[in-house]
Amino acid sequence: MQLKRVVVTGLGALTPIGNTVAEYWEGLKNGKSGCAPITYFDTEKFKTKFACELKGFDPLQFFDRKEVRKLDRFAQYALVSSDEAIADSGLDLDTLDKFRVGVIWGAGIGGLETFQTEVLNFAEGDGTPRFNPFFIPKMIADIAPGNISIKHGFMGPNYTTVSACASSANALIDALNYIRLGYCDVIVAGGSEAAVTIAGMGGFNAMHALSTRNESPETASRPFDATRDGFVLGEGAGALILEEYEHAKARGAKIYAEVAGGGLSSDAYHMTAPHPDGIGVVRVMENCLKDAGMAPGEVDAINTHGTSTPLGDVAELKAISRVFGAHAPEININSTKSMTGHLLGAAGAIEAIASILAMEHSLVPPTINHTTVDDQIDPSLNLTLNKAQPREVNVAMSNTFGFGGHNACIVFKKIG
Amino acid sequence: MSDIASRVKAIIVDKLGVDENEVVAEASFTNDLGADSLDTVELIMEFEKEFDIQIPDDQAENIATVGQAINYIEEAKN
Repeated sequence: MQLKRVVVTGLGALTPIGNTVAEYWEGLKNGKSGCAPITYFDTEKFKTKFACELKGFDPLQFFDRKEVRKLDRFAQYALVSSDEAIADSGLDLDTLDKFRVGVIWGAGIGGLETFQTEVLNFAEGDGTPRFNPFFIPKMIADIAPGNISIKHGFMGPNYTTVSACASSANALIDALNYIRLGYCDVIVAGGSEAAVTIAGMGGFNAMHALSTRNESPETASRPFDATRDGFVLGEGAGALILEEYEHAKARGAKIYAEVAGGGLSSDAYHMTAPHPDGIGVVRVMENCLKDAGMAPGEVDAINTHGTSTPLGDVAELKAISRVFGAHAPEININSTKSMTGHLLGAAGAIEAIASILAMEHSLVPPTINHTTVDDQIDPSLNLTLNKAQPREVNVAMSNTFGFGGHNACIVFKKIG
Repeated sequence: MSDIASRVKAIIVDKLGVDENEVVAEASFTNDLGADSLDTVELIMEFEKEFDIQIPDDQAENIATVGQAINYIEEAKN
């Protein structure tokens, strides 16, 4: 069976450094930090008092009051970013065969704030269960693609992928597979997360996963730096329109890039710690290259998972050195999480978009906040430190790894 | 308008996101005010909370309009 080619024809982004794709790129190329003290709740007793929240996002610009009440923020973000991507794609929704349009969406958690609010309400009551009838449908992680399909009438495959911080990379790879196998013409793929909540911050803090650099939030996310002390929680969404190549060509669509391949693997090691030898991470990049039919030497840029945690960053770079060998120093490696923070289930989507924009603009966004060399890191690697680097990027790879040992890797190439 | 009627209407305006002028006694939650089955359940729960009453499910089924809600609550509070 001849696999079909799959291309990206639309982008949407709602991130801590920009509420549209254009703003997101401005932030990325200028090395802007999205991190600041938390405004959503009182952090007085929290170990970490900062996060990468969205800036100036007003749901009433996009939804009426009744809709806002029925949508957890993670679902609001999903609708806003997917609308931008659909508009950007130029798809004519009136003539599209909507049975061949799917929505595959990643969310690591789903409606955490909704869950928190409802349970707190119960705890404050007299034991009578007075849960809101919208509690469950607002909270469940699959309601984001459900709402996107309801809004636009897309009646193809529709579900959420849940693999923690790899969730939306899994969504992109599933979308790639459904289209290249011929089941769909178009899939709205991406991910969203809204975990900057009491439960989210408290929970990640309890794991000692978060940076506690309260005196300098904007420099807290510092992947690959010797003084890194954990990740910075972010929120938002990214959406990509994946489309079968001939379908896109026939309508004269703008094509950003081809989805050349995807790889998956599992560490099968520990609930949250990365495998010290990075076996799963090596394998996921190898799987991805094999799927794309690419040699390691073809890769120009890698957007790493690079969360700014002590163990994970080193393990990932060692794996890159193993997979790419002598070519590794030629690659522009970066972590855009230094700017956006870690968007959990949305990370794969916004970082795929960052990779595609780097190709589009021939500029690799920086890994900001670097001050101190970590001697565990091979000094020959180009980590694109502190300043964007001009670079013709023909092939860009993006890594994401999730708690549970889930690894996902996707590679894009310029359309030939 | 009674105190109860104005509080009932305020809840309906808030929960259903409708204009105050539409919330007339004969307006049906589902047919006129755009409520779905979950909205209706939520409205009943809000009435229970606001007026500190219990509305059993079999009686909630008979509250389909603004007027029926106001009448039910006025009787329950007397």
